[in-house]
Amino acid sequence: MNRLIALILILISPMQASALQIFACEPEWGSLARELAGDAAQITTATTAYQDPHRLEAKPSLIAAVRRADLLICTGADLEIGWLPLLLRRSGNTAIKPGSPGNLLAADFVRRIELPDRIDRGEGDIHPQGNPHIHLNPHNVERVAKALADRLRQIDPAGSSGYQAREKEFLARWQEATATWEDRAMNLAGLRLVSHHRGFSYLADWLHLDILADIEPKPGIPATAAHLATLVEALGPNPPAGIVRTPYTDSKASLWLSEKLGVPAMQLPYTVGGSDRATDLFGLFDDTLTQLEALRR
Amino acid sequence: MNLTMKTALLVLSVAGLALPGVGSAQTQDLDVEIAQLRASLADAKSDYEARIAALEQRLQRAEQLAGSASRDADQAIDIAEQAAIDATSSSSAANTYNPALGAVLVGRFGDVERSWDSIPGFISGGEIGPGGSGFSLGESEINLNANIDPRFFGNLTLAVEDDAGETEIGLEEAWIQTTTLPHGIAAKAGRYFSNVAYLNGFHRHSDEFADRPLPYQAFLGGQYIADGLQMTWLAPTALFLEFGAEMNWGSGFPMSGNGESGPDAWTLSGKVGGDIGDSQSWQAGLSYLRVDVLERNAGDDAVPGEDFSGDSNLAIADFVWKWAPAGNSTVNNFKIQGEYFHRDEKGSFASLPYDGMQSGWYLQSIWQFRQGWRVGARYDEVSSDNGTLFAGTILQDPSWTPRRASVMLDWSPSEFSRLRMQYTDDRVQDAGGSQFLLQYLMSLGAHGAHRF
Repeated sequence: MNRLIALILILISPMQASALQIFACEPEWGSLARELAGDAAQITTATTAYQDPHRLEAKPSLIAAVRRADLLICTGADLEIGWLPLLLRRSGNTAIKPGSPGNLLAADFVRRIELPDRIDRGEGDIHPQGNPHIHLNPHNVERVAKALADRLRQIDPAGSSGYQAREKEFLARWQEATATWEDRAMNLAGLRLVSHHRGFSYLADWLHLDILADIEPKPGIPATAAHLATLVEALGPNPPAGIVRTPYTDSKASLWLSEKLGVPAMQLPYTVGGSDRATDLFGLFDDTLTQLEALRR
Repeated sequence: MNLTMKTALLVLSVAGLALPGVGSAQTQDLDVEIAQLRASLADAKSDYEARIAALEQRLQRAEQLAGSASRDADQAIDIAEQAAIDATSSSSAANTYNPALGAVLVGRFGDVERSWDSIPGFISGGEIGPGGSGFSLGESEINLNANIDPRFFGNLTLAVEDDAGETEIGLEEAWIQTTTLPHGIAAKAGRYFSNVAYLNGFHRHSDEFADRPLPYQAFLGGQYIADGLQMTWLAPTALFLEFGAEMNWGSGFPMSGNGESGPDAWTLSGKVGGDIGDSQSWQAGLSYLRVDVLERNAGDDAVPGEDFSGDSNLAIADFVWKWAPAGNSTVNNFKIQGEYFHRDEKGSFASLPYDGMQSGWYLQSIWQFRQGWRVGARYDEVSSDNGTLFAGTILQDPSWTPRRASVMLDWSPSEFSRLRMQYTDDRVQDAGGSQFLLQYLMSLGAHGAHRF
């Protein structure tokens, strides 16, 4: 009985109050927060690379994590519309309410592409504020990094000099890495791809890749046999170099199309944790480029 | 060594011997020439140095210009980028402050062998039973919600229903909630879905079966919608831990308003939940509902004099467990949930002293076997122990256990539409019967996220 009470006390005891609590909706922002806030911060990442950020549930564990957060970093642009508003409301945490310094939405700091002409659910699960998968362009990551560093200094002024130093160090490494990636990317320009969902639009925009079609007939609507047949017909005479998908996407439709067109289907890491080598943001871009280079050959 | 080379060497050595014999006048001429050459070389050198210096200067200027040009370009890019960001972020229109507006459209077709609207052993109220055969509209819902100001959030849900040719508008929810209370505390006032039990907090359109489980129908009239004041506190712990309490007034089933200023009912509830690895999540809860009942009767079907007054104590235990491969529920997921209800009541019924208890439970499981497609099974039953005094009244204990077994299959082409069919083997009444239901549930406009 005493043991049980001790266990319950451990389970319900508040976490160390001293550490800055950061709640990140997606792994890319969790990883960025780790770079900029250092090991002292306690970071909870709501999704893994294998979970669809559109379709999470407002799970009890997440409500509890949001309740304790000092800073929340999410993509925004309605990516988390199905779960984040409920988490925020149920948590009752005023520090991270929308509009407060503790609530950082990455998409507010970058130029969004693919703004829909028609906002109508007849067009599928479209995002009125543009494509929300913004992190696959390193220049966007840089902009968000600067915004996040600002917020960290604002929320935790005591650690300000530490955040400043980490930001400087990270940006130096990031800009150097970006230059290297852009050198490598020269060979990738014009690479013709089919993607499953519009998850790689910013990558394509940055690398000048040519995404010919999506496997989803409309955003968020599962692939249908009829749509796949149209793709085979349209792409058959001049097939793409490959078919790319995210780790959270069901592979069936990609593999089927890959077999029909005789081109490789490839699972790109998409975000941090999406492949063995994508252990951080640097690894994410390194591995993505390496995989795309393999398609080029 | 051949002959030609030997000859060449000989000639060279003769010439070498002859050189020192050249006249001194010739030497002087050479010295002058050398001096002249040196002078012109020095001239050329200083000339080139001057030119190089000039070139270096020009290069430096050019570099400066290029530097400032590139800074200008960077600035221009920043300005353009910022403008593009602003252009894609800003939204401003006269209706910017309009609340989120959504509607749910429901319709059903039933083939019901034997319908019922009361459960043996219970005083039944609310909207219960499997309904009739044929096509009918269910409750169409209209929902509005928004932040009212920095301190309050408001929510209004109207249920529009057709009852025997007349359109009725019911007020399903009308509540305000605080948004800025500290320490995880929130207060809600108005008409709301009570925090007791698990399924009670959900809108019916998000249910996995076309009708509520039997204990909900028997104890709560389908759903306990309360008028009053609710407080919740979310503990600052790693484990999800939430406590709630309500004071409720009103005359809707299962309460019966006593018209006093003290609450007619109060509730306590606690929920705990968390994750097990990436793939599993769970939640469990205990809740308690105490009602001071005044003349609870069976509504339209009431037999005069057959009503209950007294104390009612209902305890509910609930759990839900969800699984999805690596936590990705898009294609496959599995869910199992169950609740147990136990009620003790003491007071008077039909002018006789009453002291009895009732209980009920259900267990259901849902399996999404491919994206958008789910199958589910549910068993539910209720039982009563009202004592032997009440033979011949609606509280006469049945000789069987009112129970059902249901299976369902539904298809959701998108998150906003769902088509369902359900088969139920119904043993609520002694004779029993089977029911076959088809249902559509469509949501348009803004649609808030569903609870876990």
